[in-house]
This record gives sequence, structure tokens and C-alpha cells, in this order.
Amino acid sequence: MTALQEWPDQADRHDRGLSETETERQSYLRAGYSLGSWFFTRDHKRIAILYLFAITAFFMIGGAAAALMRLDLLTPAGDLLTNEGYNRAFTIHGVIMVWFFLIPSIPNTFGNFLVPLMIGARDLAFPRLNLLSWYIFVLAGGFTLFVLIAGGVDTGWTFYTPLSSMFSHGNVVLAAVAVFIAGFSSILTGLNFIVTVHKLRCPGMTWDRLPLFVWAIYATSLILVLATPVLSITLVLIAAERLFGLGIFDPKLGGDPLLYQHLFWFYSHPAVYIMVLPALGVVSELVAAAARKPVFGYKFVAGSSIAIAVIGFFVWGHHMFVAGQSMYASAVFSFLSLAVAVPSGIKVYNWAATLYKGHISLDPPFLYGMTFIGLFVVGGLTGLMLAMLAVDVHVHDTYFVVAHFHYIMVGGTVSAFFGALHYWWPKIVGRTYPLVWGRLAAIFIFLGFNLTFFPQFLLGYLGMPRRYHVYAPEFQMLHVLSSAGASLLGLAYLMPLVYLTWSMRYGAPAGDNPWGATGLEWTTPSPPPKHNFDEIPVVDRPPYDYEIEMEGEDG
Amino acid sequence: MQKTVSFVLVWFALVLLLAATVTASFMLKGPAGLAVSLGIAFGKSGLIYWHYMHLNEEEGLQRIAALGAGAWLLILFAFVCADYLTR
Amino acid sequence: MVETRPVAEPYRDARQQRDAAMLGMYVFLGSEIMLFGGLFAVAAVMRLLHPAEVVEASKALHVWIGAINTAVLLTSSLFVALAVDCAKRGRRRGTGAWLFSAASLGAVFLAIKVYEYSLEHAEGLLPGLGAPLKISTPVQRAFMDLYLVATGLHALHLLIGILLLLVIAIRAVSGRLLLPERVIVPVAAGLYWHLVDVIWVFLYPVLYLAR
Repeated sequence: MTALQEWPDQADRHDRGLSETETERQSYLRAGYSLGSWFFTRDHKRIAILYLFAITAFFMIGGAAAALMRLDLLTPAGDLLTNEGYNRAFTIHGVIMVWFFLIPSIPNTFGNFLVPLMIGARDLAFPRLNLLSWYIFVLAGGFTLFVLIAGGVDTGWTFYTPLSSMFSHGNVVLAAVAVFIAGFSSILTGLNFIVTVHKLRCPGMTWDRLPLFVWAIYATSLILVLATPVLSITLVLIAAERLFGLGIFDPKLGGDPLLYQHLFWFYSHPAVYIMVLPALGVVSELVAAAARKPVFGYKFVAGSSIAIAVIGFFVWGHHMFVAGQSMYASAVFSFLSLAVAVPSGIKVYNWAATLYKGHISLDPPFLYGMTFIGLFVVGGLTGLMLAMLAVDVHVHDTYFVVAHFHYIMVGGTVSAFFGALHYWWPKIVGRTYPLVWGRLAAIFIFLGFNLTFFPQFLLGYLGMPRRYHVYAPEFQMLHVLSSAGASLLGLAYLMPLVYLTWSMRYGAPAGDNPWGATGLEWTTPSPPPKHNFDEIPVVDRPPYDYEIEMEGEDG
Repeated sequence: MQKTVSFVLVWFALVLLLAATVTASFMLKGPAGLAVSLGIAFGKSGLIYWHYMHLNEEEGLQRIAALGAGAWLLILFAFVCADYLTR
Repeated sequence: MVETRPVAEPYRDARQQRDAAMLGMYVFLGSEIMLFGGLFAVAAVMRLLHPAEVVEASKALHVWIGAINTAVLLTSSLFVALAVDCAKRGRRRGTGAWLFSAASLGAVFLAIKVYEYSLEHAEGLLPGLGAPLKISTPVQRAFMDLYLVATGLHALHLLIGILLLLVIAIRAVSGRLLLPERVIVPVAAGLYWHLVDVIWVFLYPVLYLAR
């Protein structure tokens, strides 16, 4: 990142609050003031902001459900929520966080905003389809809120049979419909990105010059298009089984409940890569910009995104090791699950090599980047532990698993989301924010996160099952620590809401390239004009074309 | 006119394959029957994709896009069947 | 291949716009393949778990009605291919006529399907609707349910296709759809129709011809 002195010092400003700069007046933000110009827009940048509002709202709702859960877990008895109520809480937490926050978070906000800019295009391949995706997303979200108000579902976000198909008293079919609708949004988004990256690159933007964020979005889009339809049909089958007694998941009719799990996890395992691949792409950008060096092993990092997307389709059985799956199939899935960690490891090592002899920055984006790397490694290593049959038999369905995926999803993806937010915020709104507050929020998030979720590894290893709110008293201390951490984490997440909003009015104008980074998005004004580029750029340089300065060797 | 002729020829081939698959179902059973009927289905689909969906005129990228999902489905089939066959 | 006009933002030229539309359509069809693929996976598992019962249940279906329906769809695909050919040459009325014929055949398929469902209902094979069931094994019940879901989902896609073809046929004949400038529209719709045909090409042997 650029040294601090190039960012105007907030405290020195005499005219407090610039209402509008000239650049802003000509930007996409001011191209039309009516509600219609926003709700009928085709501009990928405006659609990105529409998504940003939507996912922020869902993040808060999902977070509220988590807060209820952590409150209830302060005591060993189930005294805040009933058993059924607790089931509904963790279900709505999972459904909203997975489908209405994590999956769209980076692709639909930063992907939408940045991919055309990064490849030198004026918009995505199908701008109206992009807007339709948002409307479908909001419709699905509305359905989900309706399900919530109608009392929710108690099956967990995984909707396992036979509870979901035969015995549950919750609104399973409605919830299935809501997620089904959301699936259309995912598929159309993925389709849009795939065609955009193939067909709309500017002259000279060859595949080996693409920013790694674009590679990551492309790989994510492959998964979105190939995996999501299988979820769609699975939800249809669940609804049919529940409404009409279909029978394919019912042993009395010759079906198999495990067949549901096969179909569900065939989508849902690649889905976790939908959630993490864009974050990995963001971190590549943050690391390069912080170090002011080209990413080490660019081709390997780009290829590893594709490798994760592909291998990720071959590992779903590791969710079913103790469910009755054949031992031989489990062994194969276990081996492949170990293999899928390799490309992730390649990324981490390459980032480390990028940082070698590079600048170390303590600016907020890079703090989030480092948070990501540390927490993702912990989550990834515990994932390897879970991939081993002998270990998984003991910790399956315990808090160990819960901690593992929260380290990746929250410690990883959410941190990368905040990193992206703090890195590209000046580009999106044209204003800078106080770095001090950015750093504080990042530190509080790191501390709060670890306090919340590290105890959960211990809980799981000691035998605390997941999805229980009544537990043995000896677990209480760890639960109290976790809930305390959750409070800190929740407050920390609210901090950026305050200072980033403040910056839109009172922040200093950002200029085209406040971080001094490479990438076509930084060649446009901040905020960019509606049509992105006056002239479509022609690229003739490699990506991350920084001058390599050796630390400590300049005179 | 050439196009029209080729389309009609493809149609004849498709109808013949339909007759073949029905006939085969009366004669073959078990795995052999399944292999033949699926093979004929792949053949018919191939004709439809190549001629009617004019993959014969498209470039490689479109062809991969057209056939990629089919290949991906095989992953689902292979591993699910592997589970059931080895329980 | 005829380029498509007018060229809209963000495209630089007609060729790029057309290529993007074709790629997008194939990717979308790929997602449809994955959707139905789940059903085929279920069918495969049922056959693996209960081969004998699945064969018995399959034999109870009307092979010849299914065969006629297959021929109907194959012919409709021919009509769509011919329609697209007309569209590329700017022949509005030819395009409209072939598209309308294809859509009609699609409607014929649906009519035959409804007739077939009524036959099965009378034979006590269709679950639901309170009819007395003459199903021999529980597996046959599951099989018939899967048959209903699969053919029902296919019929829904076919209905969407019929409406699509009709709308395009009307717009072509009326001149509101410029041909051959906007040939991409019937081409894309044609791809969708052919995929619905391909799905049936697989559904037929899997459901009707298990022996």
C-alpha cells in the first residue's frame, strides 16, 4: 500500500465535509437520481451496490440468529429457547448465512463491480440478466423471511431426510422453495461471469494477464453453473417427498435416505468453494498491492483456482463418512479430500513468497489479508484432520466441525470480504476513510473471532455435539468464552458500518489510485464514470507490473 | 437446400435409431440392454447436438460448453454408483 | 453465421455479441443438463438397488405411446432446425410457419402425455388423486413417483418451449422481429427446444425400456 503521507490527513481539513467532488458528479453514482435509475439500472456497478445493501441486511439477520444461539449456550440448560426453537435458530442462521450472505457476498458485490473494470470492459456480458439475478435474489430472500416469520424450519440448513421429508413440523417446503429461487440467481450470475471473462476482455488482456481475482471469479462461476442445478432438483425431490410421499428417500418404498445426502452434498461441497474461492482471489490482490510485488508463481495461483473448482467436485462423500456410506467409497473420498487441500496450500505458499522481500503494510486491507491467511490456514489444517476417516469418526457432528468451517467461512471469507471492502471502497465511493478506525476494526475482528471459535475446537474434541443447546456442565466455561467472543465480534463488525458511511460525506477524495496499485480498475477515476472507460484500454504489460524494490537495499 | 436435405437425413437417422432402441429392448436384458439403450440415446443426442444445434459450425469453446455438463454428470454417477455397489 | 444487430453496449462488434450469446446459451443448457442429471442419478440408484422391481415397473409403462411421443419430439426438432434455416435467410413467413408447426407438435406431445397419464390412472398405476392403486411392490410406487416427477418436469420445460416458439413465430411473421438481423433469437430458442428433445431422448429408454 502507498505510504500514509499520500492520503490527506483527515484531521487537517478546514472545510469539514465535501458534499460532492467533480469526479463524483460525473461518476456512475450521479448518473440518474431517481429510484428508477437504481432499480432499473443495467450498470454493473449499481447492481453491485444493490447487492451490497441486500447482503448486509441478510448478514445482520443471520447474525441475530447466531446471537440468540450464543446467548442460549451461555448456560448448560436450554433455558432461553425451546428445543424446537433452538433448532429453528441454527437452521435460519445456516440458511441465511450460506445462501443469502456467503455465496453472493464477494462475487455479486465485488465481482460485479470489478470484473468488467479489471478486464477493460464496459459492463458484464448480459447486463439485464445481471439485474434479473438481483431481483430473483431479493425475491428468494423475501420468501426466506416469510419462512422465518411463519415459524421457521428445524432441520438445519442441510435438510437431511428423513426428518425433512417425513417428520419435521416446520415449513420445509417453503424453505426449499426459497432456496430453489435463490439458486436461479446463482446460476445466472455464474453464466454472466463465464461469458464475460471469455468474450469481453479488452485487446491485449490475455488469460495470463488477468488479475487473479478474475481467475477466482471465473472458477467460482464454473461451480455456480455446474453444481447449483443439482441442489435445485434435490430441493424439488425433498418437496415432492414431503408433499406426495415420493419414496426415493424412504426405505419402506425401497428408497435410501443417504441418496439425499449424496445429491445434497454433490452441490454443497462445491458450494463451500463458491464461498471461499472469491475470497482467495481477493487475498491475492491484497497481498500483491501490499507487497508492491508481482504475485509469486502467478500461473500456479491462477491454475490452483481452477484445480480447487474441479477437485472440489470429487470430495463430497467426506460429509457422509459415518452415515452408512460404503467404506471403500469413503476411503476414496478421504484421499481426494486430502488432495483438494494441495491447491489451497499452493496459494498460501505463493503469497508468502510474494511477501518475501516485499513491503509489509499495516493498512486495513492488508490487516484483513493477513487475518485471512492465518485463520484460513487453521481452518484448512483442521479440514485435513476431518478428511481423515479415523479422526472424523470421533469428531463428526461435534463442535470441531463447527469451528473448522467457521474458521474458513468467517475467519476466511468474511475477513476477505472486509478486506475487499476496505481496499476498493475508495474506488467505489471516491472517498477515503480514516485508517485508524479501519485498523482498529480489523484487530477487534481478529480478537473477537478467535475468542469465539477457538474454544469450539476444544469443545468438539472433548465431545460437545453440534446443534445441541443442552450440554454437560463441564463445557460451560468454553461456551461462555465463545459467547463473549461473539459479542466482541458482533460489535467489531458494526464498526465499519459507521466510519465507512461517515467517509461518504466527510472522507477526503480518493483520487484514481490511492493505494498505488496495478490493475485496470485503478486507471479509472474514483468513482468511475458510468461507461467505465472513455476508450477501451489496450494491455501490453504483465499483471502486477510493479517495479521490484528490494527492501532495505535502496540508498 | 443442402442444409434442408441434411436436416431431413438426420431426422431419418434419428427415427431409425428410435426403432432400433425399441427393438433392442425386446431382445436384450440386463446390463447389455442398458448399455445398448444408453448408447443409442447418446448417438441420437450426438446427432441432435452436432447438426440441429449446429455444433459442427461452432468453435471449440462452444463445444466444450455444450458438452461439459454431460461430462460433469459422470462424476455424480460414478461416485454415487461406486458407493452403492461397494456397500 | 449471420451476425446479429443492433450491437449493444458492452459489445464492440456484432461478432463478439453473437459469440457471447451463443456461449451464454450453451452454458445455460449445461445447467439444465445438471438439473435433470440429478433425476437420472436417482433412477440409476433405484435400478442398482432394486433391479428386478424396476424392470417390472418399467414394463408396466406404455412403450408404444412413449415411442410415438419420441418420434413427435424428434420431428419437432427437425421443424425447428428448418425454421432457423429460414430465419438465417430472412424468410419471415417460413420461419413463423416452421416454428408454429414445431410448437404444435410439442402440444401434440403434451396431449398424448395427458392421455397416457389418464390410462395409467385408470390402470391404478398413478399415485395420488385418491385412485385405488394396483401397484405390486413399494418399489413400483417409488418408480412411478419418479416417473411422474421426471416427465412432469420435462413437460413443464416443454410447455415453456412451446410458448417461446409461439411468441417468436408471431413476432417473426408480424415483422417485429427483424430477420436475419435478430436471428440469434430463434437460434437460442431452437437450442432450448433441442435440449428438451435430448432430455426426452434419455428419459424414454431410462423409464420405459428398462429390461
